[in-house]
Amino acid sequence: MQPANLFILTLALAVVAYGLGYARSRSLAMPMGGIRHLKSLPFYYGARAALWCGIPALLVLGLWVAFQGKVIQMLVIGSLPADMIPDSEGAASLLLSKISNVASGALPPAMVDGPIANAAERLQALRGQSRLYMNALVISVAVLAGFLGWLRIRPRLNARAQVETILKWIFFACAALAILTTVGIIFSVAFETFRFFQKISFIDFIFGSQWSPQTALRADQVAAEGAFGMIPLFTGTLLISFIAMVVAVPVGLLSAIYLSEYASKRVRSTVKPLLEMLAGIPTVVYGFFAALTVAPFISDLAASLGIEASSQSALAAGGVMGIMIIPFVSSLSDDVINAVPQTLRDGSLALGATQSETMKKVIFPAALPGIMGGILLAVSRAIGETMIVVMAAGLAANLTANPLETVTTVTVQIVTLLTGDQEFDSAKTLAAFALGAMLFLSTLLLNVVALKIVRKYREQYD
Amino acid sequence: MTDQTSQAELVRQSLKRRYRKERRFRAYGVIAIAIALSALVILFADIIGKGSAGFMKTTLNLEVELDGEMMYLDDATDERQIKMADFVEPLIQALMKELPSASESDRSAVRDLINPYASVTLRDALKENPDWLNTSRSMTFLAHTDVDVFVKHAGDSAYSIKLTEQQRDWVNQLVEKGVVETSFNDTFFKNGDSRDPSKAGILGAMIGSLLTMVVTLALSFPIGVAAAIYLEEFAPQNKLTDFIEVNINNLAAVPSIIFGLLGLAVFINLFGMPRSVPVVGGLVLTLMTLPTIIISSRAAIKSVPPSIREAAEGIGASKMQVVLHHVLPLAMPGMLTGSIIGMAQALGETAPLLLIGMVAFIVDVPNGFFDSATVLPVQVFLWAGSPELAFIERASAAIMVLLTFLIGMNALAIWLRKRLERRW
Repeated sequence: MQPANLFILTLALAVVAYGLGYARSRSLAMPMGGIRHLKSLPFYYGARAALWCGIPALLVLGLWVAFQGKVIQMLVIGSLPADMIPDSEGAASLLLSKISNVASGALPPAMVDGPIANAAERLQALRGQSRLYMNALVISVAVLAGFLGWLRIRPRLNARAQVETILKWIFFACAALAILTTVGIIFSVAFETFRFFQKISFIDFIFGSQWSPQTALRADQVAAEGAFGMIPLFTGTLLISFIAMVVAVPVGLLSAIYLSEYASKRVRSTVKPLLEMLAGIPTVVYGFFAALTVAPFISDLAASLGIEASSQSALAAGGVMGIMIIPFVSSLSDDVINAVPQTLRDGSLALGATQSETMKKVIFPAALPGIMGGILLAVSRAIGETMIVVMAAGLAANLTANPLETVTTVTVQIVTLLTGDQEFDSAKTLAAFALGAMLFLSTLLLNVVALKIVRKYREQYD
Repeated sequence: MTDQTSQAELVRQSLKRRYRKERRFRAYGVIAIAIALSALVILFADIIGKGSAGFMKTTLNLEVELDGEMMYLDDATDERQIKMADFVEPLIQALMKELPSASESDRSAVRDLINPYASVTLRDALKENPDWLNTSRSMTFLAHTDVDVFVKHAGDSAYSIKLTEQQRDWVNQLVEKGVVETSFNDTFFKNGDSRDPSKAGILGAMIGSLLTMVVTLALSFPIGVAAAIYLEEFAPQNKLTDFIEVNINNLAAVPSIIFGLLGLAVFINLFGMPRSVPVVGGLVLTLMTLPTIIISSRAAIKSVPPSIREAAEGIGASKMQVVLHHVLPLAMPGMLTGSIIGMAQALGETAPLLLIGMVAFIVDVPNGFFDSATVLPVQVFLWAGSPELAFIERASAAIMVLLTFLIGMNALAIWLRKRLERRW
């Protein structure tokens, strides 16, 4: 049975357990004179039986599905003759994909060596066994635990309290998933980053000004070692983010000011959702627009002015990214401007200042820390933005500040290094995780600082 | 006295300048909004301009002579014969008949007007109706992509027309005769990806998106609501709760590509799950959208007034009963709205899915959660990278479909909010 079907079966078993538990509590109560002699309502006895039946079984199912692939792989590799056991992780994954191709019938067994064909057979057998064991284990756990839960129903049992405690723990587990996700992120990037720095020195990575991640394909190849200096990537990211900010900050800020201070209610209620639409457009659409419309337009324009511009200029990617961030900046500044107390505004207007003077000399300085926080959040978003730059920025790591030239960014390199490449322990793929770690750390830092500023500012006026 | 008048005079004199400044400042605001809105308009106009042709296809209406001798076929129920038979010849003959000016030496030029997929259409039709053999049938076939491009964009210099002068002449004749026609491109909605633009469709990507979204919704909505309930109603004031909250707020701002790295390292490499399947995509998008759903669900729970809780507690409900029987139903519209917006975000997300291998070229329409699949935004990305303009056209059309879904989802969210949300 497929895991999905088994999942549904387990749920069905839990429903059955609910019905049986409900019936048992009623039948226990009836001789005593009705359900008022039960400690809890029959519903809770049924729910308790269902939880007993479902939770352990689903836990077993989840763990089995999560780990069976890895365990089977290890068993298959272990069963190979000693001289065929691969020495590196890359060779292992290559061998495994060959074996699973044979097993799935994509590769006829006659075309591979005997041990591999045997291993493929073994893989098939193990998969079948694993599925069988999983079915047996999950169903027996569900039935057994459900039966125990059913058996222990007594009129004096406080089923409601038990059900509520279990539910509370489930709720807690859902909330704690956030911690687990963060830990998962940190571990998944930290582990590979650590392995990367065993191959490439940390100093070279941070301060190197050369990025060309071509490593030798074979061990004896004389080809270039590959340079992993992240400075050109970082400057490229900063250049594109800077261009994005040059577009987004003035436009976003001024439109927020206009909407909150000048616009009539009707204008505001039509313009605001339209601006927000910009935020709802998928980034791949912006990427498409940047790569196929804006970039050719910019290079044609530059050519007609006699300037040379790359067809994948930083200006195109940055400008379109700026458009994407406009609603982000404007809604954050809108919040901040509205949080400035009305008394400040009234006081300034009463002294005879015009609206723009009030804005520039009173409200803006008061809102400045909050706006700065918002801008920092926007910067962190620009740094982490992927699709626009993948589609519109180039791959060449140029160390330049000229917006008409091609630059590459951290996110572009992560995507290029990790798509298509199956091998997992080459310096190339590990470099992607090191870049991911840098990206995570820098955006985390920006977010923490920005949130702190925004929060502090809010408290000031609360 | 004179001092005061002179000061008033000064203020009056400066008024003009100050008012001018005021007007200028206002104008800046209007200009900013105009820039933002015109960017929106240009973006939409560009996509629609590029993509609307993608919803049209060019077809050939041919009277095909299914001559068994010509096709080396005498029994259409025989699988082996069908495999060996020649289905291109009848198409060429039929087209030659429509082109009196084409001589026998132009055969290959005529053949290049027919889509390579057309012979498969003919074969499938004959397989289904073996009695059609040795009859004459009028059928519709896809034209070659070059014909498609020529018919749609003959005057457009951006498109390079690959047809020869003679072929263009023929196509013009055929258009006049009504043999070559453009009609609504149903192929686009019925097929998976293909190397041939006129055969490529988004059905595979749409099903892939649907499967991925089902996984995402099934996981993120219950988990998000449960987490929000815990944090709002049950969490004690302690370090652990604070830590959870800090984590949720930070995860909401983590770049989406980092979630892709997480999915690659944990789900694929650690757990050995297969690449490019909707389940893994759904898991990654769940982790990505959870913070959004938790934050909006918490806001919805907060907006339920305390009087409701107090009334329920007053008649003896336990804390859990208060929450599940009273607070949750009242907060549900807000939670639904937040989840729909979160789902819309997930539907448009591309970057993390690239890292877990959902970029593969997949022709088949996925059948289940463990089948290799791609999703709509990734399909857009794949086609946008193609040098062929016919694919760019498809990419724009796919964007229009994607945006229609997104706008629909957001409209649903707004409607739900207006319809169901109560003001206390």
